[in-house]
Amino acid sequence: MGRYVVRRLLQMVPVFVGSTLLIFLMVNVMGDPVAGLCGDRQCDPATAAQLRREFGLDQPRWQQYATYMGNVFTGDFGTAFNGQQVTELMSTAFPVTVRLTIVAVLFEIVIGVTLGVLTGLRRGRPVDTTVLLLTLVVISVPTFVTGLLLQLLLGVTWGWIKPSVSPDAAFGELIVPGLVLASVSLAYVTRLTRTSLAENKRADYVRTAVAKGLPRHRVVTRHLLRNSLIPVVTFIGTDIGALMGGAIVTERIFNIHGVGYQLYQGILRQNTQTVVGFVTVLVLVFLVANLLVDLLYAVLDPRIRYA
Amino acid sequence: MRGVTHARGAVCAVAVALAAAGCGGGGSSSGTGAAVLSSSWGDPQNPLEPANTNEVQGGKVLDMIFRGLKKYDPRTGKATDMLAESIRTEDSRNFTIKVKDGWTFSNGEKVTARSFVDAWNYGASLRNRQKNALFFGYIDGYDKVHPARGEQTADTLSGLKVVDDRTFTVRLGQKFSTFPDTLGYAAFAPLPRAFFTDHAAWLKKPVGNGPYAIQSYMKGSQMSLRKWDGYPGPDKARNGGVDLKVYTDNNTAYTDLMAGNLDLVDDVPAAQLKNVRSDLGDRYINTPAGIIQTFAFPYYDKAWNRPGMEKVRTGLSMAINREQITETIFDRTRTPATDWTSPVLGTDGGFKPGLCGRACEYHPEQARKLIKEGGGIPGGQVRITYNADTGSHKEWVDAVCNSINNALGNGKACVGNPVGTFADFRNRIGRHKMSGPFRAGWQMDYPLIQNFLQPLYYTDASSNDGKWSDADFDRLVDRANAETDRAKAVTLFQRAEEVVRDNMAAIPLWYQNGSAGYSERLSDVALNPFSVPVYNEIKVS
Repeated sequence: MGRYVVRRLLQMVPVFVGSTLLIFLMVNVMGDPVAGLCGDRQCDPATAAQLRREFGLDQPRWQQYATYMGNVFTGDFGTAFNGQQVTELMSTAFPVTVRLTIVAVLFEIVIGVTLGVLTGLRRGRPVDTTVLLLTLVVISVPTFVTGLLLQLLLGVTWGWIKPSVSPDAAFGELIVPGLVLASVSLAYVTRLTRTSLAENKRADYVRTAVAKGLPRHRVVTRHLLRNSLIPVVTFIGTDIGALMGGAIVTERIFNIHGVGYQLYQGILRQNTQTVVGFVTVLVLVFLVANLLVDLLYAVLDPRIRYA
Repeated sequence: MRGVTHARGAVCAVAVALAAAGCGGGGSSSGTGAAVLSSSWGDPQNPLEPANTNEVQGGKVLDMIFRGLKKYDPRTGKATDMLAESIRTEDSRNFTIKVKDGWTFSNGEKVTARSFVDAWNYGASLRNRQKNALFFGYIDGYDKVHPARGEQTADTLSGLKVVDDRTFTVRLGQKFSTFPDTLGYAAFAPLPRAFFTDHAAWLKKPVGNGPYAIQSYMKGSQMSLRKWDGYPGPDKARNGGVDLKVYTDNNTAYTDLMAGNLDLVDDVPAAQLKNVRSDLGDRYINTPAGIIQTFAFPYYDKAWNRPGMEKVRTGLSMAINREQITETIFDRTRTPATDWTSPVLGTDGGFKPGLCGRACEYHPEQARKLIKEGGGIPGGQVRITYNADTGSHKEWVDAVCNSINNALGNGKACVGNPVGTFADFRNRIGRHKMSGPFRAGWQMDYPLIQNFLQPLYYTDASSNDGKWSDADFDRLVDRANAETDRAKAVTLFQRAEEVVRDNMAAIPLWYQNGSAGYSERLSDVALNPFSVPVYNEIKVS
């Protein structure tokens, strides 16, 4: 187990370096960021040169990357164009997005798995058909439509929630945005759980458990669910990274000042430091989430062992 | 279809149950009693230093927390004395400025002549890389503290001298009679000592001498400004304060206004222009702002600069149906331009409707004739370059191209050439990579006709992106700047503007309006010529 984890951690190094290099190059391809800083007017050349020197943009690309990575390892992600440290931006943005992601994942687990179990056990019944239809609708409607619709209905027409989230972004305020963010994944989780459950229901060990005379809830929770959840866990694990990075749309609709907001603004203003910094952290989140998922397998299924 | 409605209902029901549970926890600080209003805001692009703020979001804050020597009247745009007791000059080049007594910063420090001189020196110095440094370019010694290349050889402007506590002198590099009227611009604001002694702390919570003081500032999210009771000026705040909230998307801000969660939106999204009158009624403002949109041309490209091309440019101008585009695309939030300035200047200030004449009207036959006479469009096609990331530029550029194509009877005469981001767009302009006309928007810095002409069309001026150059124009501007009589100066500037017209140096499109919407709690809401709400006059019930 320990050796497996070490090997996985070592594998992360080239992935990390490669992905950050790619992002760094991609952001730089967009051109000289200083040009956009002076509005509809040419920056005067002396000021522009001074700014380039300050942000290290006058050095060759590879050297910029080397300096940047060197700084990252000492915890310095550079300075954004508005004079703020990128780490400072992260310290305000990430907690918000993490909260939003937690709400979304909770929705996926609670509603998704429950509906999945319900439909998996009652295959072909009216409940199953209704839920299947519902998930189909949710999957086919884009997030921004559900987002704007809920915002308009709940926020303006009925006035049950505030249409935008305050800067504190407490859990209570994030329920509707979290649901919107989770909606599509939630539908997938439902379908995944349902299929997996329906398949395993006919497995030998389930028949044995029933034959032993175990109570029904024990058969379902201990034997059936535990084995059926492996694909679901994989999905949710990889989804964590996707939710954090993919929250741009939801964060924009509900005016949440999280990672998506900082990334969006960073790209619009060609702020290399912000974009690379945030994506770097997102890459790390992805890698760690994947590792955790793999380790969870062993817990769920005793047949899987890591040497 | 039934499945769809059914599904919506179910999703909403779940959301409602959860929202209701979560709603009780939220909504804390809103109803404190003091009449504070909330207003939409965007994250300022640069640190909030007066000489470093060149966009409207940062400008909003500076307008509330700073007062300079002059202030532009929010209605007429006329520069009136604020902190200046007198600004005297004999020769339009040497100015003696006396600062009024009794003004302090909100931290108690007195505003003296030095507060101004130090601030201006800071703004001009290359070392501080202030983006508005060029505003100090008229002052003697600027080339020493801000050389075009190489190291600076002086720290302070030789043209600035403190005489006594309340008096200082300014010596300009050339005659500039309307210089005092430029002093209302934010870059010329005075700065307290704390700005220089503890810069980082000042940036966290800027301190100024305006009617409001900053109570708290959460960068990127919200700024709370409160009325400063000790403010000595005549334009005291008529409300308890303003909470500026950062919105990523102006649609969300508008939705918040509709839900009663926000009091003032100063940028009504283009998508809502159709509904705004029915949504808000007379709580929607749409007033002229000092912004003009034009097409500039690349004069560094020989194809666009040879003799006879002025006919082609005039022809293109006459092929644009401004009336129709402002009506259908902009819902009358733009007005067809008939000169190169802005209505906010007023006719006394140099605005002259109709100066462009027939050249800015839609005359398809004549457009065809002129373009033919001028030798046709270079390369047979006009490619209009614009940035596609903001401001719904794509829609109107496409409309302009349609209009040109229809007028010329050639479906391929004009196409839009979008550039992904504003930064990249500016980048290409800066590297002189334009192959045809490009979008040029100009938001005035101060309401003077000089500001609409000199920075844009004077040889090698700071915003002369197309590198247009004309000796007659330059001469007339120089004469106008040296003229001490205001009315005569304006006439000379208008003659310079006629040179721009005769060459069609840039095609004027339309004057832009500022728009805002507000809640029922507010009254006396107005936008100043810079399309910023006049916060201190707003009353909250």
